[in-house]
Amino acid sequence: MTGTTLDDYTDRYARRVRGMTASEIRALFAVASRPEVVSLAGGAPYIAALPLDAVGEMLGRLGSEQGVTTLQYGIGQGTLELRERICEVMSLSGIDAACGASPEDVVVTVGGQQALDLVARLFLDPGDVVLAEGPTYVGALGVFQAAQAQVVHVPMDEDGLIPEALETAIADLARAGQRVKFLYTIPTYQNPTGVTLSEERRERVLDICERAGLLVVEDDPYGQLGFEGEAPAPLRARRRDGVFYLSTFSKTFAPGLRVGWILAPHAVRDKLVIASEAQILCPSGFAQAAVATYLSTMPWRQQLKVYREVYRERRDALLDAMADLMPEGTSWTTPAGGLFVWASLPDGLDSKAMMPRAVAARVAYVPGTGFYADGTGTDAMRLNFSFPPPDRIREGVRRLAGVMEQEIAMRRVFGAVGGAAGRRGRAGSDVPGPDLA
Amino acid sequence: MGTTAEHLLVTDSAISADLRVVVLAGGLSYERDVSLRSGRRVLDALRAVGVEAELRDADVALLPSLAADPPDAVVIALHGATGEDGSLRGVLDLCDVPYVGCDARASRVAWDKPSAKAVLREAGIPTPDWVALPHDRFSELGAVAVLDRIVDRLGVPLMVKPAQGGSGLGGAVVRDAAALPAAMVGCFAYYSTALVERYVPGMDVAVSVVDLGDGPQALPPVEIVPRNGVYDYAARYTAGRTTWHAPARLAPEVAATVADVALAAHTALGLRDLSRVDVIVDAAGQPHVLEVNVSPGMTETSLLPLAVQAAGLDFGRLLGTLVARAAARLTKH
Repeated sequence: MTGTTLDDYTDRYARRVRGMTASEIRALFAVASRPEVVSLAGGAPYIAALPLDAVGEMLGRLGSEQGVTTLQYGIGQGTLELRERICEVMSLSGIDAACGASPEDVVVTVGGQQALDLVARLFLDPGDVVLAEGPTYVGALGVFQAAQAQVVHVPMDEDGLIPEALETAIADLARAGQRVKFLYTIPTYQNPTGVTLSEERRERVLDICERAGLLVVEDDPYGQLGFEGEAPAPLRARRRDGVFYLSTFSKTFAPGLRVGWILAPHAVRDKLVIASEAQILCPSGFAQAAVATYLSTMPWRQQLKVYREVYRERRDALLDAMADLMPEGTSWTTPAGGLFVWASLPDGLDSKAMMPRAVAARVAYVPGTGFYADGTGTDAMRLNFSFPPPDRIREGVRRLAGVMEQEIAMRRVFGAVGGAAGRRGRAGSDVPGPDLA
Repeated sequence: MGTTAEHLLVTDSAISADLRVVVLAGGLSYERDVSLRSGRRVLDALRAVGVEAELRDADVALLPSLAADPPDAVVIALHGATGEDGSLRGVLDLCDVPYVGCDARASRVAWDKPSAKAVLREAGIPTPDWVALPHDRFSELGAVAVLDRIVDRLGVPLMVKPAQGGSGLGGAVVRDAAALPAAMVGCFAYYSTALVERYVPGMDVAVSVVDLGDGPQALPPVEIVPRNGVYDYAARYTAGRTTWHAPARLAPEVAATVADVALAAHTALGLRDLSRVDVIVDAAGQPHVLEVNVSPGMTETSLLPLAVQAAGLDFGRLLGTLVARAAARLTKH
């Protein structure tokens, strides 16, 4: 036998596939599925808080009584019934008929992820630049990478994206002759930081983008999961044009149904539908009916309150444990909603290099590098509080603090060595798969 | 080589004679993901030759299930401490459940790389010079002083790796002494003791050793050529990132020496049934044993399955034969 690479397709892959490799960091997440491990690494909502008996009964009836339609093909844009319900949901946060929101301009997607992919397909050519918060949602990085676009991060602080930094980035890119297509932003309870773009900055960010001719892609999966009063109105509620609003029922109802949507400017709607039909023909009729029926027959607003209350308690457990246990030099965000806290590590610590130590201590988190396209983020980590119960969260923080103390001691012995594992990886290689709770 | 082993494989009819096997995979080690892949591959191969096999994790449900419904044998596809440090084998012994592979004592020695190297050197088997140090020693004696002595004595380049563990996790080639502290920190994240050894340039070769009934024999050596020079985790488990040559492109006399050294290592460490011996063949054709694996990887890109294929053997029948031999051990016992 001559040499084999065990992959006869090696020379035939598309350029965008190169660099997809096995990742040792990703492999380390495998143990997080064992009950011994406290996982603060996932991003899963606490589905057990749903009235599962009632939901199950409803799903059964959708099959037995309406199966002839729910199990059939549907239209690419999604059912009118669901699009009308979506408009009701959006109107709660101020995106209503007065600002031009109409079921006609809603396209139902397979989760928010397909919504992102559609926007990328419509607007990104290879080499185009996307501006995004630094750090940002890893799934968006994967989509932009697949579109062979370049992501340029704009720094944030506790009030979200920094407008001055956005202006500077736009100016720098213009000078360099680069073509920037849009700003991708999660303004409310951001993933991974939990930070919310302040009221005052929302207008400024919109003005800056408008002046520069940039589209705004507003991703809002968490906006209804605030536990300290209402969040500032979404960007789309403030501007009719130039803003694509993306959201999902994955966090407010159930990610297993894979139902999300885009509210697009009217002119773009037809192209979105055609692009979506090319991808998936039509969204799942059964899942759409499930969401529409849930919204029309079950107390979903009450359920949102339940989620908010559960997550508030868990966020408090995480923040309290961090305040009590984290080593000096650690800092973190205080989210008013959503699922995540972003922790910045004491000087010299490398969240990626520290991962194996954490696995040995039976705790998991996501290294900050997963949320940047440029390999930065070794000095931070994302911690999830939506899934583990409060006592497990505290135990997880206790273990994590121990790991950090050990790592600090090690760095003290060997001096400032830089990150051995700080290699630039493909977006997605430093984060767990979506199944990890 | 394949033809000599072929006759030792049990026939399909003998294998399917009601053998029930539990394949253990998963565990809590860094190599859980690799282990699950190995386990599924072993499961498929055994089922393909008619063996009734099921996959189980090494968790709290394991011992009750082994007690309630004892299998004829266990195949340990666990990588990392649980599968390789001997402890699980010891527990299986306590349960009178036979398993494929070496016993607890031999496993413990082979798993700890410095212990294994000491045994190899004692037996006159070439292995690169090394020093093994726990991290405490660096804090007690001062890292700079200790690292300086290491570089003085062993020179550069150096190979730094955790004293226990596999899949290349935590390992690094250090070509410049200035990069040594970072490599040590990276290594200590995986295990509390580091093995630092003289880096021997040459051809990376893995020799799988199997014993199908008339003594251990070496399967064709597999040569490893990682595309960007480093056989790290990505190169190991991403098809397309490494070219494997089986048999290795070695002169016949060198290949024979390599096989002899691998067999000598297998024997010196008291191993049984199967093992994989990782070797560097230097420019002069001299093999140096780096480490020995008692629970070798069985994934799509792993070395033992490649060697089995190069030997012209069927992977499922080979595993079936090893399982039948393991099951017979209990009967004799």
